[in-house]
Amino acid sequence: MVTYLDNNATTRTDPDVLAAMLPYLSELYGNPSSMHSFGGQVGAAIEDARTQVADLLGAEPTEIIFNSCGSEGNNTAIHAALAAQPEKRHIVTTAVEHPAILSVCKHLEKKGYTVTYLSVDGRGELDLMELEAAMTGGTALVTTMYANNETGVIFPVEQVGAIAKAYGATFHVDAVQAVGKVPINLATSTIDMLTLSGHKLHAPKGIGALYVRKGFRFRPFLLGGHQERSRRAGTHNVPGIVALGKAAELAQLHLSHAQREAELRDLLEYGILATIPDTAVNGGGAPRLPNTTNIGFKYIEGEAILFMLNREGICASSGSACTSGSLDPSHVLTAMGLPYTILHGSIRFSLSRYTTEAEIRQVLTVMPDIVERLRALSPFNNDQAEWLQERDVALAT
Amino acid sequence: MWDYSEKVLELFYNPLNQGTIEDPNDPDVAVVYGEVGSIACGDALRLHLKIQPSTDSILDARFQTFGCTSAIASSSALTEIIKGKSLDEALNITNQDIADFLGGLPEAKMHCSVMGQEALEAAIFKYRGITVEHHEDEEGTLICTCYGITEKKIRRAIAENDLTTVEQVTNYVKAGGGCGSCLAGIEDILLEAQQSAELVKVAAELAVAQEQRSQTSGDQTSEIPPSFPTLTNLEKIMRIQQVIDEEVRPVLIADGGDVSLHDVDGDRVLVKLQGACGSCASSTDTLKYAIEAKLQRLVLPTLVVEAI
Repeated sequence: MVTYLDNNATTRTDPDVLAAMLPYLSELYGNPSSMHSFGGQVGAAIEDARTQVADLLGAEPTEIIFNSCGSEGNNTAIHAALAAQPEKRHIVTTAVEHPAILSVCKHLEKKGYTVTYLSVDGRGELDLMELEAAMTGGTALVTTMYANNETGVIFPVEQVGAIAKAYGATFHVDAVQAVGKVPINLATSTIDMLTLSGHKLHAPKGIGALYVRKGFRFRPFLLGGHQERSRRAGTHNVPGIVALGKAAELAQLHLSHAQREAELRDLLEYGILATIPDTAVNGGGAPRLPNTTNIGFKYIEGEAILFMLNREGICASSGSACTSGSLDPSHVLTAMGLPYTILHGSIRFSLSRYTTEAEIRQVLTVMPDIVERLRALSPFNNDQAEWLQERDVALAT
Repeated sequence: MWDYSEKVLELFYNPLNQGTIEDPNDPDVAVVYGEVGSIACGDALRLHLKIQPSTDSILDARFQTFGCTSAIASSSALTEIIKGKSLDEALNITNQDIADFLGGLPEAKMHCSVMGQEALEAAIFKYRGITVEHHEDEEGTLICTCYGITEKKIRRAIAENDLTTVEQVTNYVKAGGGCGSCLAGIEDILLEAQQSAELVKVAAELAVAQEQRSQTSGDQTSEIPPSFPTLTNLEKIMRIQQVIDEEVRPVLIADGGDVSLHDVDGDRVLVKLQGACGSCASSTDTLKYAIEAKLQRLVLPTLVVEAI
């Protein structure tokens, strides 16, 4: 058994979710678009799932479009927002978005769009004044995440949305990390479109959904058949849709227990900070998801920490350069302006409803020794280290 | 997850030779360290050597490393490789030797082995009194400002590891892995390196094609027939010019080089090699003979080509 503390990467499929989807992988294999009752009964299951997802979000079933994943949702939303107001050529987003937003924006810049990337402060929070200053009458879209995948920091989306609306911009929210972890009520929201992904809330991979507010002039991204009322072509991923519906229903039930996750997360945080010197919680001062903590261990490197944890059967992740194959550390932590002494040595632990206190205590038991061993190997051991000083000066110039 | 070899994981979980070396105050023992990288770059290595001046050899080696699994394993491997070696032997160690010792590294992690090789060089240079400034002067133009990577370092990695793409260069020496503004510059360096290699090949092909044509000359209709009438000086020069323009230059230009006819003195044809081919000694020789063979066949068998 592993101690799985990497739930922001993906989650375990809930056994009840698996049970709900299994018949649609075997005997109930019909196509919901078919004109016979064998397929039609599958269509009914899809509509049930749509209602389940809508209920979790405080939305209406017709506002839910099933798709394949979060990346598809984000691409589709940006595409739809720009198509809705084609004369507007300006996009506002943030520096800490997921690549499924940032890469699309970079691409659009090459196509002649202007993109404003809002900064974050040391706690990972937005400055609404900066947003206000960035808005123009030509802003087609404001797209921000609900909660950050690396730090768990929650953005004040309704305040952002109010500003977006004041300027006539479409407001899209990438809520992949937030759905199922914090209550969301779209009935009273400024959000026009919202992305969610099944495998982050105990459904399997390969299923997601995009919420599109009723009345929004939506243009589809994927063209073809008439599925999803011609808003997303492609044969329905029936088992995935049924699974997402069940997962949404279960998430609703578990939302009331989120406090337990937060308590375990806090136990982990306080335990590490109390027993290991030169550590800090990145984004610790901001409102955060109950399941996420991102802890910086000074003077050591994140990938090495992960391999040490892996040997203990503990799964976590790191924004360290060495884990990604790119050479730069996490764009999120970099945007927060964290010092290099922390930047490369930050570890994200993300819990789920399955996380136990025993697992947290296991991490607390092994972590001090891991950090001590790696620090013993490191030529840096304090901020006053002569070498470090020289390098920091060199960098500043 | 990285696919590390058993050896990498073994040396990461149980590193050999970590730490520093105390100076024993023995006249026949020198302790020195070399360092490379920085905490900003994401990895750094401080390599400590205990050197015996009388034998010019490494008695002991230790390391301190800030970095990932493969950076720590590469450092440990380096210390194992160099212990007992003479300094000259140690200077011949390449990053590939370190990678081989580890049973290979993922390509995106090859820069960890390069870091080991550099720290070793830095330590030995320091011991030998070659000042760091002097060393850096010789490094040439700074190409990647994000990671402080010079042209010389890039050229060395390309040559020692037969690199062909910008991505590989980034994997081996990090250059281009930051803001990306130097990617075009790296491409130019790669192109130049490839051209010098390519020109030697092109010249060889010219010579081979030449050889084949002379063997099957009966089929050649488009070529100037290989009968050598008595030429006036002017006719000779014009034919030489024609052959160079039509037969030689297109091939060279396609590969970034060029040649121009400078003068004809009796049977001596003086040519000027330009561009990428002019800077490489071995390609110059090969080219000279290839052009000579061409001119001998198509103009006059007694011609001799000299590059000026």
